[in-house]
This record gives sequence, structure tokens and C-alpha cells, in this order.
Amino acid sequence: MSGQNQVLEIGSSPHVTSGASVDVIMRNVFFALLPVCVFAVFAFGIAAALTLTTATLTCVVTEHVICRLNRKPTTVGDWSVAITGLLYGLTLPPDLPLWMVAVGAIFAVAVGKALFGGLGCNAFNPALVGRAFLQAAFPQAMTHWSLPFAADRFSELPGSILAFPFAEPVYDAVTAATPLARMKFEAIQAENPDLLWGLTSGSVGETCGALILLGGAYLVARNMMNWRIPVSIMLTVSLITWVFMQIDPAVYPRPAFMLFSGGLMLGAVFMATDMVASPITNAGCWVYGMLIGGLVVVIRFWGGMPEGVMYAILLANAVSPHIDFLIQPRVFGTGRGAG
Amino acid sequence: MASKEVTSTDEFVKGLWRDNPVFIQVLGMCPALAVSNTALNALAMGLATTFVLLMSGLSVSLLRNFIPREARIVCYICIIATFVTSVDYLIMALSLELHRALGAFIALIVVNCLILGRAEAFASKHKPGRALLDGLGMGVGFTLALLFIGVVREILGSGSLFGVAVFPDGFQTWTVMVLPSGGFFAMALWLLIVNRIKQKQAAAAKTVEVTS
Repeated sequence: MSGQNQVLEIGSSPHVTSGASVDVIMRNVFFALLPVCVFAVFAFGIAAALTLTTATLTCVVTEHVICRLNRKPTTVGDWSVAITGLLYGLTLPPDLPLWMVAVGAIFAVAVGKALFGGLGCNAFNPALVGRAFLQAAFPQAMTHWSLPFAADRFSELPGSILAFPFAEPVYDAVTAATPLARMKFEAIQAENPDLLWGLTSGSVGETCGALILLGGAYLVARNMMNWRIPVSIMLTVSLITWVFMQIDPAVYPRPAFMLFSGGLMLGAVFMATDMVASPITNAGCWVYGMLIGGLVVVIRFWGGMPEGVMYAILLANAVSPHIDFLIQPRVFGTGRGAG
Repeated sequence: MASKEVTSTDEFVKGLWRDNPVFIQVLGMCPALAVSNTALNALAMGLATTFVLLMSGLSVSLLRNFIPREARIVCYICIIATFVTSVDYLIMALSLELHRALGAFIALIVVNCLILGRAEAFASKHKPGRALLDGLGMGVGFTLALLFIGVVREILGSGSLFGVAVFPDGFQTWTVMVLPSGGFFAMALWLLIVNRIKQKQAAAAKTVEVTS
């Protein structure tokens, strides 16, 4: 914003814009996600590539069809639905049948986005809406994890991924419990480096914390993401976990494990920061992040499931309009010192 | 429409589509969402409600000149509760399994606002014959609506219809459809379709008016 060669818009406000339109931001989110996607394909092979492609394509096609049905110009061109699809694909298990990927993608765009009024009106993160539906509809398939870095991952497809539409998948690959499931059911914590560099099993894009942080840092540097949300989530989770670890280290894991296991990194950096479903003010973002962090810890420690990031973010999405209502910036010229 | 005299068939037919209790009036949501997880449960709940609607409509209509205005709700509830209790015992005698599946929702027919609503809005103001027809129409409309929801939920959620498998082995069941959230999804789906048809009808009626 040098102000030197800037074009001033004549007409109604705003007169000065940052030049960041929806498609510019979305393209940058895509660049930020690119390393994560490349790593996902590297770790899980063709299965991950197919999952991501199916998720993105189905989301784009669904959006296009819905726009056509409503006799409105298609909004596929703003990239936002493609990003939704990509993010949604990154949250899925790598050997999920492709037909389930497509069902969840249709649900994500049709119910999570279009029914609420399209981009800018969605109350919940559409990608997570799609995933939550799959989790409720197909709980077995959604908790089946394949081994990362399998030797034949570039030559062979897991049989389950090509299951006939509406048919039950048949699993032939070796299963691997996620670090969180092992923590919950066997009380074994994964090592820090494994979690940081993504050597564990898990969803397509959630394993490598380092690359997700890199993507987040890029977006923060370009001022396209509110850094307060992920920082607030991570601080809250670390703090609560640290307190409980002091009480009983045998039962409760260490903070670093909580931060880098499961979908916390992906959720905190790319899902919770959804510009539409998160609060507007900076103070609101801190509260929102704390809420997500608190819910994640509660669900992971005392809930029935090993992972809770998705539900924590969806619940916080539901609360974010209320946060905006309660935490409002002081109107200029009123309040303190205004007399 | 208003100038035309309301015929007996109209009293019956209006509950099926124009004033359908579930899809248009959106009444009786509690049983419609809670016990429509299979087609059989939906049908049983619909029939039980129809019976109570018919009998309570008839009784309220017959007693309409004796029920004091100030205490009418109490009287209606007493009448409705009588028939709900008899239907409760009837289902228990016919099939204990079905009775267990429907659970507390049979007893809860007492507070189904559809029944109280018809007693208050229709039966207390009309002759017994009309009240019977109205109750039958509303009951059949309610049963059909529940059946529509139940069929969708059972086919997707259990891969069967009235307990008979409709898909070859290996069908992936959609667990969410037998859960409470599945009731909302199926309900919303039908509401979407019904509202779409109604919009089309309204638009068509408008063009007919303009052209004629």
C-alpha cells in the first residue's frame, strides 16, 4: 500500500482497496496448500492423488450444476469452491472409496455452502460439513487408515478406493492406527520428529505439521490469514495439556504431541481460519481460537473418539456470529474519553 | 375457491396435499422425525395417529355443545388420552416388538399438536360427519408423509424396505440415516421437493389467471 501508483475508485466507498479479491486470495491459499498436497501424494501414493482430484472435481461440478439450476452465473471461476474441495480431500482417509469422497463433496457444496446462500453466507466451513457427514454416514470407512510410505503406493491402488458406488469397501491393505488412536486406546505416544515430518498414518493432508505451518506462514506473510486464530488455538491446547500433564503424565500426553497429531495443524491453520465462518474482530478471533482449543482438548481427553478437531471447529463456527455480537469494536468517537 | 362450497371430498382431500400436516403445516414433528427410521415404524405410528385423530375428532364433534369453552383444552386432552391409551394397549397386544420400537412415542401422541389442533380448529366447530372426514384426511396425510420419510431412511440406512433387503449383498448402509440427524435430512429433502412443486403450481395458476 504505497499509495503512489494506486488507482482511486470514483464512486461509492470503499475508495481504497488492498487489491485482494476472492480469486487472488484463493489462488494464494492454493499455493500454500501445494506443498501439503505434494507431500500427501508422496506419502500415500496414487490413492491420495485420486482422492484429492475426485474431491476437487466433484465440488467444482456440484457448484456449477447448482448455479445452473438456480439460473445464476456460475461461481466456479473464483477458485473458492476448488479450495473447498482440496481442503475437504485433505481431511479424508487415503483409502476411502472414491464414491464416498464424491458423496461427501456433493454434501459439502450443496448443503454446507449453496443452501446457506453460497460464498460469504456459509455458517460452517463447507469442507468440514462434508467430512462430518461422511463421519456420521460411514463411520467404519472413515476410521480406516492405510500405512504411509507403503512400498507399492505408486504402482498399486488399495482395493477399497475403487469400490463400486454404494457398495461396501473391501480392505486389503495393512491398516495402521493413527497416533491419536494409539494414544487413546493403547496409551502410546508417537515421537515428535515423526509427527512433525509426517511419518505417521492419518488423513491425506494432516500428517506433515511442518509443511502445514509453512503454508500458514506464507498466508500470514501475505496478510491473507488472521494469525491470531491458529496461534490462539495452539496456545490454548498447549496450556491446558501442559496443566494436565503436570497432574498425571502417565495419562495425559505432552503438548507437542497434542499439537502435531491428528488434524489439529490442518484444522487450526486452514479450516478454522475460513474467512466467512470465523469472527470479524481480532479480539473475537482470540476468543474463537480459545473455544476451539478448549473443545479439542475436551473431546480428545474425555470424548469417545480419538479426534475432535472437526467437531470443535464446527461448533465454534456456530458460535462465531455470537462472538461478533458480543465483542464489538468501540465506535469511533464514543466510549473512553469521548465525554 | 372461497366462494365455492366446501364439499365432503374436499374435507378429506385437503389433508393429503394442500394442508398436509407434516409437509405443509409442519405439525407433529416429534414423531415424524423420531420414529420414521424404518418404513414399518413410520406406518405403525401413522396408523395409530390416524385412529386417535378419527376417534377424538368424532367425540369432540359430538360433545362440542356440552364442552364449556373455558375448560375445553382439558376436555380435549382427556378425550385424546383415552384413545391413545387404548391404541397403546392395542399395539402391545398385536406386537410387543413394535411396541418397544415405538417406545414412548405412542404415549406422546397425546401431545401431538396435530391432534389437539384439529380438535380445536375443526372438530369443535363442525358436525360429526365432517369431523370424521377431516380426521381421516389428516390421518392419511400424516401416515403418507411419515411413510415417505421412513422409506428414504430405511432404504439408505438399512438397505431394506419393510424389513426386506432391496439391494444385493455388500450394500454400504448410511448409518447417519437411521440416526436422528437422518430424520432431519429426509424431512428436509421432502420439504424441498414439496415446496418446489407448490411453487410450480402457484406459478402455473398465475399464468392461467393471466391468460384467461
